[in-house]
Amino acid sequence: MRSTTELSNMRDAVMAAILDLGEEHKEVMMLDADLASCLGSNKFADVCPGRFFDCGIAEANMIGVAAGLSSMGMRPFVHTFGCFASRRDFDQFFLSVGYAHQVIHLIGSDPGVTAQLNGGTHMPFEDIALMRQVPGVTIIDPSDAYSCYELIKQAYALDKPSYTRAARKGITHRYDASTPIVLGKGIELADGKDVAIIATGEVMVTESMKALDLLKEQGINATVVDMHTIRPLDTEIIDKVSARCGKILVCENGRYPGGVGEAIAAHVVKTSPVKMDFVNVGERFGEVGKLPYLKGAFGFTAENIAKKAAGLVK
Amino acid sequence: MDVNELKRKAFEIRSMTIREIGNFGSGHIGGSMSIIEMLTYLYYQEMRVDPKDPRKEDRDRFVCSKGHAGPAVYATLASKGYFPTEWLKTLNQGGTNLPSHCDMTKTPGVDFTGGSLGQGFSAAVGIALGQRVKNIKANTFVVIGDGESQEGQIWEGAETAAQWKLGNLIAFTDLNKQQLDGYTNDIVSMENIDTRWLGFGWHVQRINGHDFNELRIAIDKAKTVTDRPSMIVMDTQKAHGFIPGEGISNNHSMAFDSKTAEEAIAALTAREGLN
Repeated sequence: MRSTTELSNMRDAVMAAILDLGEEHKEVMMLDADLASCLGSNKFADVCPGRFFDCGIAEANMIGVAAGLSSMGMRPFVHTFGCFASRRDFDQFFLSVGYAHQVIHLIGSDPGVTAQLNGGTHMPFEDIALMRQVPGVTIIDPSDAYSCYELIKQAYALDKPSYTRAARKGITHRYDASTPIVLGKGIELADGKDVAIIATGEVMVTESMKALDLLKEQGINATVVDMHTIRPLDTEIIDKVSARCGKILVCENGRYPGGVGEAIAAHVVKTSPVKMDFVNVGERFGEVGKLPYLKGAFGFTAENIAKKAAGLVK
Repeated sequence: MDVNELKRKAFEIRSMTIREIGNFGSGHIGGSMSIIEMLTYLYYQEMRVDPKDPRKEDRDRFVCSKGHAGPAVYATLASKGYFPTEWLKTLNQGGTNLPSHCDMTKTPGVDFTGGSLGQGFSAAVGIALGQRVKNIKANTFVVIGDGESQEGQIWEGAETAAQWKLGNLIAFTDLNKQQLDGYTNDIVSMENIDTRWLGFGWHVQRINGHDFNELRIAIDKAKTVTDRPSMIVMDTQKAHGFIPGEGISNNHSMAFDSKTAEEAIAALTAREGLN
C-alpha cells in the first residue's frame, strides 16, 4: 500500500504496483521489448536485481519466454505498447499463456487515442476485443492513478493471466485510499435516473464526468459508472443502472466488435433489454495527433457523449 | 545403458508409436519417427527426471516445440512409466490426455505445450532462464523441426538465448529435410542451418540423429559449454523406421491401420536383425 497522489504520470502508477509486488514476491519478474525506458520498467532491475530482462524488439518471443518462466513458477509482468501486446503477439498469448494455463501479467501501454504522436500504426483500439477471446484473462482499464495501482495488485493476487491497458503520460487523481477499489466492481460516480453512462479508461471516464455537467444544464440527470474492470464484467452494476435509467450509453476508447459496449449489450439483451448507444472508434483506423485533436476527431469528448446521452433520453 | 540397449529401447518406443498411430488410423508419423533416438537417449540416458514425480522442480526439462511429434513423446513417456501404456490407445480420441500436439495441461511429463510452431522454443528459452533465475542446476532440452525453423519466432528466441548466455539450454534441430508440403529445399530451404545458428552466437554441432554414439558425444560436449546455448543439428530421415513412409514425399501425416502397423514393425524387426 502506498499513496499515489504524488505521482505525475500513469506509468508511475503502473510501475509503483509492479515494484511493490516485486519487493513482496520473489516470483515477480519483469520483461520488456525495448520500451523499458518508456514505461520505466528498467527501474525493476534496480529494485529486484536479476529479475528484469529486456527481450529486444521481439514481442512474440517475449510472450513465450514469459510463459516458460511462468511454468517455472515465476510470475512475469510483461510490457510493450498495447498495439504489440495485443495484435502482434496474439497467438503467443492465446496458446502459450491462455491455452497452456500459464500466468503472466501483460501491460499494454498507450491504449487507443493515447498513443497520440506514435499515430495510427501504434493505436490499439482492438486490444480489449482480442484479450476477451482468451478464456480466463482478467482485463482492466483503470481511469486514475490509485485505481490503476490497486487493480494491478488485485489482478496479481488472482494468479490468473491479466491484461492492463494504461496510458503512460498524463495522470488523473480521481480516487484515494478512502475509495474502495474492487476488481470486477464498477464504481458509481453519479446516480442520476435519466440515463446511465458506463465508461472505461481515463479518457472516457474523464469526458463522461464533464458530460454529466453538460447534461445537467439540459435538465438531464445521468448515472456515470467507471467500469474499470472489463473481465470479470460487473453485471450487477449493469443490471442496477439499467433498471434505474432504462437507457445506457457505453463509452470506450476502443472498437465496438468484441469491446466493452458489445459485452454490456450482450448482457443487457439477456436480462432486460433497454435502449443503448455507444461512443467508440467505429470502423476507423487510428491516426496521428495530440490528444485534444484525437478526442475531437473520434468524438471522445464530453460534448459528443452528452449529445448521445441526450439522444437516448429524447 | 550401452548402445545396444539404447537401440532396443528405441525399437520398442518406435514400435509403440507406430501401433499408437495405427490404432487411431492416422497421425504425424514422419516427424515422430525422426526423433525417436533423441527421445530415447534423453529419457533413458540423459535427463534427471522422475516419472513418479513429474513436476519435481529441479528436474531437467524437455520441450517438444515441433508439437506434432506428440505420438513419439507419448510413447516415450509411457515406456518410462509416466502413465499406463494403455493410454496410447486413446491418441486423438475425444476426451484423451494424448492430443495430436503436446499439451502440458493434459499429459503427465509434458513440460510445455507445443503445436503453433516456434512457440515451444521461446518457452524453452524462458524455462532455461527460469532455471538460472531460481538457481536450479538443471538443463532444458528442446527440439525444433527444420520446417519449424522457417518461423521467425525461432530466430527471436535464438537471439535472446544467446544474449542471456543460456548455457543450460540444449536445442536439437530435427533436420529431416521434409515438411508437410514436400521437401524443404523445394519450399524454403534450410541449407546452411549450422552456420545460421553459429551466426546467432550458439555453440553448434552436427550429427547423425539416429546414431546413439554421436548423440552421446554431442550432448556431453554441449553440457561443457556454459557460456552459450547449444544447438545440435541432427541429420535425420523423416519417417525413419516406419518403412512404408521412408523415402516418400507425403509422409508428414499418414493414414494406416493396425494391420499395416504390425507389418511395418515386422519389416523393421527383420531389417534391424533384432529378433
